Amino acid sequence: MIEFRKVSKRFVTGKRTITALEDVELTVNKGDIFGVIGFSGAGKSTLIRTVNLLETPTSGEVLIEGKNLQKISKKELREEKKNIGMIFQHFNLLNSKTVFENVAMPLLLSKHTKKEVDQRVLEVLQFVGLEDKIKSYPDQLSGGQKQRVGIARALVTNPSILLCDEATSALDPQTTKSILQLLRRVNEEYKITILIITHEMEVIKEICNRIAVMENGRVIESGNILDVFSNPQTETARNFVSSVVHDEIPQSVYRLMEIHNGRSHILKIDFVGVSSGQPIISQVAKKFKVDVNILFGNITELQSIPFGNLIVELVGDSSEVQKAIDFIQSDTVNVKEVIGHGSKQTNFDRSNLGNVVHG
Amino acid sequence: MEVNRQILIEAIWETLYMVSIALFFGAILGFILGVTLVVTRKGHILENKPIFSVVNPIVNIFRSIPFIILLVAIIPFTRLIVGTSIGTTAAIVPLVLHVGPYISRLIENSLLEVDDGIIEAAKAMGATPFQIIRKFLLPEAFPSLILSVTTATIGLIGATAMAGAVGGGGLGDVAITYGYQRFDNVTILVTVVILVAIVQLIQSIGNVFERKLRRVR
Repeated sequence: MIEFRKVSKRFVTGKRTITALEDVELTVNKGDIFGVIGFSGAGKSTLIRTVNLLETPTSGEVLIEGKNLQKISKKELREEKKNIGMIFQHFNLLNSKTVFENVAMPLLLSKHTKKEVDQRVLEVLQFVGLEDKIKSYPDQLSGGQKQRVGIARALVTNPSILLCDEATSALDPQTTKSILQLLRRVNEEYKITILIITHEMEVIKEICNRIAVMENGRVIESGNILDVFSNPQTETARNFVSSVVHDEIPQSVYRLMEIHNGRSHILKIDFVGVSSGQPIISQVAKKFKVDVNILFGNITELQSIPFGNLIVELVGDSSEVQKAIDFIQSDTVNVKEVIGHGSKQTNFDRSNLGNVVHG
Repeated sequence: MEVNRQILIEAIWETLYMVSIALFFGAILGFILGVTLVVTRKGHILENKPIFSVVNPIVNIFRSIPFIILLVAIIPFTRLIVGTSIGTTAAIVPLVLHVGPYISRLIENSLLEVDDGIIEAAKAMGATPFQIIRKFLLPEAFPSLILSVTTATIGLIGATAMAGAVGGGGLGDVAITYGYQRFDNVTILVTVVILVAIVQLIQSIGNVFERKLRRVR
């Protein structure tokens, strides 16, 4: 769908050369909601702009459905751009035009009958839920409404790709959620492939199915969202993940350990995938002579799959506790005992399944 | 002392005539130059260094020549264009050359005020450079363009006062020949009051239009 092949971009300003992108290799599949995350200056804005050639790569190529847009005529390029919608952080609406005129703009650039335009504009405005605002001007709308107009404008030409350039960064958390829900509907109902760049991990967590992490113009990590969230390979990716998945052990747990000793074992159980959830805990309580006390938990959903960790206290004989731990340990569940004082935690886990380890 | 009504009315008409015709052609000239200055600059939609580096200094040169000098310096050119170098019509040629470059700078400023994001959105939609100017830049800058033209009009009224030097007539000429040179303070006062009134009127009209267009609520 969108393929980046060894894409590099260098800006020359005077004597200095700034490398914004370096050998970026990335494939966005049809139907993906693909998220690119990175700090500002990582090159993600430049990356998204190479898709519709707002920036031309210095070397390498970007293929849209197998086609390199740099190799076609200007006229063909303008035609191709109707297949790629784009929305922006600051909406970029014409303040001198009404909502209707703004949304109609892409259609007015090529020949369409008035009837076609009216019908299509109303259709997309209904889709984004702004049919009652067609005569308003952008400065009469809230940020969220402006972005809805932006989305309607991007959809009006029936594109197969939607580029989102920090589309929610200027919005409050509540509005961000509603815009993300709308984007998911765009993906599901219109079957539009979405490429999102953002510095907010919340956005990625909320709707993306695949993700790439950028730093200094390079893609340092990419893959399925569950894989990256459960097993981040780089420091930067780990930091982004921990900004939305809190997996550090709270201080109160350490304090507890000072009180209980001997028979009490505190375990951190990491889940990823389908087997997560309560059955394990209740089965442990039933099968083994241990008491289970849940101290702390953090379960989120990624792509409707539960993901997160639980901190539990098992009280019982060491041998029983060990049996319980062996029972819990599986492909998708990882257990470690939390030990207080000095060394914060030691890996209790002896299985070499090569799975989930956080932190 | 008595102010000659007939002369005053005639002078008002001469001033309005010079201002309106010069404004019309000056606006066309200024518009073309102003848009050129914007779109051919570095990084803009029709970046063109040769054109920009020719137009830019030409505008500067015309902006820096005092109008009274320009008026007489281009007499041969004026004769070429309108067939005469004296009279009201003859004054219009230098007025156009004076106000055109001035308007072009004002238009340049107005167009540069438009957020770059608008141009980016237009490009992303696949708009041609001409469409970007027509459908994005100009409508967005329109309220500010109105103010620019208002400012230019008022500057033009000031310049017409010097048109007397080539027999152009107008209110300024009346103030000098009938008022100043005959020590007729009343005539000076009356013409000045009329000029102030015209300027006030034009500025108010400009402001009203601009506010309407910006839809200040």
